[in-house]
Amino acid sequence: MSEQLPIRLTVNGAELSAEVEPRLLLSDFIRHRAGLTGTHVGCEHGVCGACTVLVDGEPQRSCLVFAVQADGAEVETVEGLAAPGAELHALQQAFHEEHGMQCGFCTSGFLMTSAALLREHPHPSDAQLLDAISGNLCRCTGYQNIIRAVRSAEAKLAAQAGDGTPAAAPAGDADGA
Amino acid sequence: MKPAQFAYHAPTRLEELLQLLADGAGEARVLAGGQSLVPMMNFRLATPETLVDLRRVQALRELSVRAADGALLVGAGVTQARLLREPAVQAGFPLLAAGVAHVGHPQIRSRGTVCGSLAHSDPTAELPALALAHDARMTIARAPRRREFPPGSTNRTQPWNSQSERRELAADDFLVSYYETAVEPGELLEQVAFPPLPDGAGWSFRELARRHGDFALAGAIAVVAPGRHARLVLFGVGDRARRIASVEELLLRAPAADAVPGDAAALLEQIRTQVPALVAAAVNPSGDVHASADYRRELAGTLAVTAIAEALERAR
Ligand SMILES: Cc1cc2nc3c(=O)[nH]c(=O)nc-3n(C[C@H](O)[C@H](O)[C@H](O)COP(=O)(O)OP(=O)(O)OC[C@H]3O[C@@H](n4cnc5c(N)ncnc54)[C@H](O)[C@@H]3O)c2cc1C
Ligand code: FES
Ligand code: FES
Repeated sequence: MSEQLPIRLTVNGAELSAEVEPRLLLSDFIRHRAGLTGTHVGCEHGVCGACTVLVDGEPQRSCLVFAVQADGAEVETVEGLAAPGAELHALQQAFHEEHGMQCGFCTSGFLMTSAALLREHPHPSDAQLLDAISGNLCRCTGYQNIIRAVRSAEAKLAAQAGDGTPAAAPAGDADGA
Repeated sequence: MKPAQFAYHAPTRLEELLQLLADGAGEARVLAGGQSLVPMMNFRLATPETLVDLRRVQALRELSVRAADGALLVGAGVTQARLLREPAVQAGFPLLAAGVAHVGHPQIRSRGTVCGSLAHSDPTAELPALALAHDARMTIARAPRRREFPPGSTNRTQPWNSQSERRELAADDFLVSYYETAVEPGELLEQVAFPPLPDGAGWSFRELARRHGDFALAGAIAVVAPGRHARLVLFGVGDRARRIASVEELLLRAPAADAVPGDAAALLEQIRTQVPALVAAAVNPSGDVHASADYRRELAGTLAVTAIAEALERAR
């Protein structure tokens, strides 16, 4: 085995220290070292988006980041959206209600991408929404229910924040994500 | 697949980074956003011995407008997402903002760097074409070729000579061919400077991709101030993005749109009839599973005409 390097990072707020080989991908670190298997690995070359996590608040492909590059970073995974047994996050609840998933393989990636989108743009335009999720592939749903779920979560989050801004109409028939 | 083993360095000082690259003797590679390099390493298409990560080098995070000439300076550590968020870019460099928004997806742009895309030089990438359209200039840095200590010197606390060597190249000299630039092993593309477009010039960015965020099948960028300034850049239709001189000459001979009534319509007609053939003669696309060479050649002509028409409309 090659040289091990020490890293320190937070994952969902918990501080972790580890010794890792430079070639260890962040996706594998999250799954095998941190034991958080909600982050999925599909293509391992940046195309499918299943491995999307937030690094310092920005959505990133964890399969295209080495764990050593995340030294000092704050990482958020799907497990960080809601504690086990606690009430689901608005996005998770909306994906459930709107049938935004079937097999669920892509879902954690969509949830993290959408979480970042709604934090940056609480009321995204259709173009912003489609641009955001264009980086995530789903082989099951045909995307329309995912778009509805994000719009529904937008309304739920706005209601929680009490900002009273009416959510935009569902973008169910917007074309090609 | 998992990457092969490599040694990893993440220095904090630019001089140290340059020295590590120089010491790597061609086997050390720059790791910027990793959005092109890591996929190649995951497939073991790339097996570098050493990666020198630039993420800790504060000096490479520069993103500012130079007072002297209004040029936008973009350091090697600046991500595509940061460029898009920068108000000075949205306000003063609308062509750059429009083009970079076509690079991949938000999850790619949040790590991928502007300079990394230029250094990678994919023939279908947007940034090399944007650099040509903007007459951008690249600064390439390297450690001094030989590191020497005075004989008998014991003070080695300053092993990195601060006299790094630098050269500046125009975008056209920087881009060489498929995945090849003027950056040599051991060198760093330190910064790119995008001068603003000439006053009153109209611009247009057009590309066709199979799906939003995919690499383009072909793309065209036009920048036109009738009679004064003309750039037509095509990408995805050859070994690298290129300016099309024959079309630029045609546009330079064109009178200002409002010089004589009716001229604007005549000019557009001339563009529609002449540009596709000029483009077809100048490009050399190859075919793949996504599109044949003939289709790309024809697409390039169509995109060129559309881009020029839109740029003329925006020109004042
Ligand atoms: C799914 C997906 C979709 C994408 N879609 C697009 C797209 O539509 N259009 C597009 O243009 N790109 C696209 N990309 C590529 C993306 O833009 C990359 O970010 C970019 O090509 C490389 O930048 P980077 O900072 O990630 O460089 P890296 O991957 O870190 O490096 C790429 C290469 O350049 C070298 N290098 C990097 N920086 C420097 C430097 N400063 N000096 C010298 N050498 C350097 C590296 O050693 C390496 O050889 C996509 C990528 C993915 C994964
Ligand atoms: S596994 Fe990372 S993008 Fe597919
Ligand atoms: S639900 Fe199966 S891939 Fe999206």
